[in-house]
Amino acid sequence: MPVGLLESLRAALPHVSGFIYPNELELQWSVLIVLYPYITGLVAGAFILASLERVFNVAAVKPTYRLSLLTALAFLLIAPLPLQAHLGHPERSYEIFMTPNPSSAMAMFGFVYLWYLMAVLLMEIWLDYRREIVEWSQTEPFWPKRLFYKLLTFGVTNLSPRSLEIDDKLGKAITVIGLPSAVLLHGYVGFIFGSVKANPWWSTPLMPVIFLFSAMASGIAGVLLIYMFLCRVRREPIDMPCLDTVAKYLLTAIIVAFSLEMLESLQTAYEAKEHFDIISLLVEGKLFISMVLVQIFLGSLVPLAILGLNQIHLFPERVRRVCYAVSAGLSLVGILAMRWNVVMGGQLFSKSLRGFTTYKLELVGREGLLAAAAIGVMPLFALGALLYLLPPWPAGGDPMRTR
Amino acid sequence: MLSRRQFLKTAAATALALAGRALAAPLAAAEKFFHDPPWKRKKPYWGYAIDTTKCIGCGRCVGACKTENDVPREPFYFRTWVERYAVRRDGETGVDSPNGGQDGYPPLRDPQEVAKSFFVPKLCNQCEHSPCVQVCPVGASYKTEDGVVMVDRKTCIGCRYCIQACPYGSRYFHPVLRVADKCTLCYHRIHKGLRPACVEVCPTGTRMFGDLSDPQSAVTRFRETERVLVLKPEMGTEPKVVYKGLDKEVR
Repeated sequence: MPVGLLESLRAALPHVSGFIYPNELELQWSVLIVLYPYITGLVAGAFILASLERVFNVAAVKPTYRLSLLTALAFLLIAPLPLQAHLGHPERSYEIFMTPNPSSAMAMFGFVYLWYLMAVLLMEIWLDYRREIVEWSQTEPFWPKRLFYKLLTFGVTNLSPRSLEIDDKLGKAITVIGLPSAVLLHGYVGFIFGSVKANPWWSTPLMPVIFLFSAMASGIAGVLLIYMFLCRVRREPIDMPCLDTVAKYLLTAIIVAFSLEMLESLQTAYEAKEHFDIISLLVEGKLFISMVLVQIFLGSLVPLAILGLNQIHLFPERVRRVCYAVSAGLSLVGILAMRWNVVMGGQLFSKSLRGFTTYKLELVGREGLLAAAAIGVMPLFALGALLYLLPPWPAGGDPMRTR
Repeated sequence: MLSRRQFLKTAAATALALAGRALAAPLAAAEKFFHDPPWKRKKPYWGYAIDTTKCIGCGRCVGACKTENDVPREPFYFRTWVERYAVRRDGETGVDSPNGGQDGYPPLRDPQEVAKSFFVPKLCNQCEHSPCVQVCPVGASYKTEDGVVMVDRKTCIGCRYCIQACPYGSRYFHPVLRVADKCTLCYHRIHKGLRPACVEVCPTGTRMFGDLSDPQSAVTRFRETERVLVLKPEMGTEPKVVYKGLDKEVR
């Protein structure tokens, strides 16, 4: 018997309020499952931002194009980790590919993930960087890196204008396929929760859509902050038209995500079905800080006000930069809180609708705060490695501006 | 060598077949409207019935289940448990199930204020349309030919999606085996013609088990002669565990 687990459950027993089914004391999905939709959301959001430039020809966001793609890839590489770490039998996870159950939303994760990684993201990045990869494979002075680029060319070294033109066309076609794929990837994450009819906090057809738009907001906010940070580190001027445009998209995404969330809440309150009492208690009690204060006020209303003000009044550049950074940071925190509220909120109340269990985030352990924080920052290290291997900025050229 | 025409033909046929399968899955859900229940077609097909009016809350079933199935003894892992309801005159309802009811219940607060009190045994509802089987990513949760929902411990990856999907709180995560676990109607016993342990030890005949395809079985007779209900019918799970004497307070 795992002594630590039993001790923590015994300690939790007196903190149960009302009646819960006896098996409900243990919260099944821990903080790691909060991270999973957060990280996947950042992938989808970053990719959608990249697609704006490629598919819809929004020239202003060009400086963030490659950075968005690399951010999406860095987060996508880490996305399965929290899931894997959470499994009771991680060594059996391959079963999802071997014996997938076609009626399971979760079983499709592997396939959607692989499709998105292999067919969309890697292909698009490779095509976009192909010219540089070929050049680096010949000019890179550090031999292991040179070898890496050489392998990455896959033996295709043709850089004729015709072949580059084909690259560009193919890349565009892949982005067109990639856009619905990114929507599918994250919409599907929402579906995993939204389709659990046993849980009234999760079960709503709006869940995939809400997840999708908050994903867009988080991805755009993430790329915006990373871009500002990198410009600072590289001592390069920030492209203000680009930043203004990205901030505008951030505002749009927050408006849509927030409106959908509020519509959903309004509908739940107005219908006031059987589960409404317990849900009101949940929001007024255990989720008050993380939902009302962090998600709604700090994470949505404050960024909406700041970004909205910037649409009405043109502040000086310095002020705008601070405004955007603060709004992006707050909405990233707010969306993390939203994932927390969905995942944890849905498990805190009993399906008997008569009481609450409790959750104490442990510091150490496989599903503790430290493990979660480690997995949470991993995508940034992965991004660092990707930026080192595939710098999005050409040497001596315009910062981060290509093609 | 495959000609281009042949290749395209094969690809199109495969795509059509796959699309057909994908479309057929949701339509299969409507099957129940056009067919007899499975126990009219399959033999045996196991069912379970509970007469709550007979339950005295002795908790012997809970203990027997834990012993028979090696369920961890701690008070947060149960394949079956018994809930006590106490509806007070002011309308307030108290529910408890300390240690699943295995060790009895504390005396009721202000017993003179209690309008009615009764016990409700709970277990896996052996749903005909089980959400746990539906969501299991690897097919570790499955339904046997004779209608029992089971977990294959060698395949379960421990993602716990089934526990989230069960509307009845009937599943738990086994702390040692690290897989999902639940009532199997003592499949190892019923296979040999024995009754589930909880039914065997019930002193009042509250719990009944039998073959739904057999018109003479206790469960079939009970379903035919009593007015029975299922838990959370709005979930559309079609439980094969039916209850007599439920109350609006029972969820």
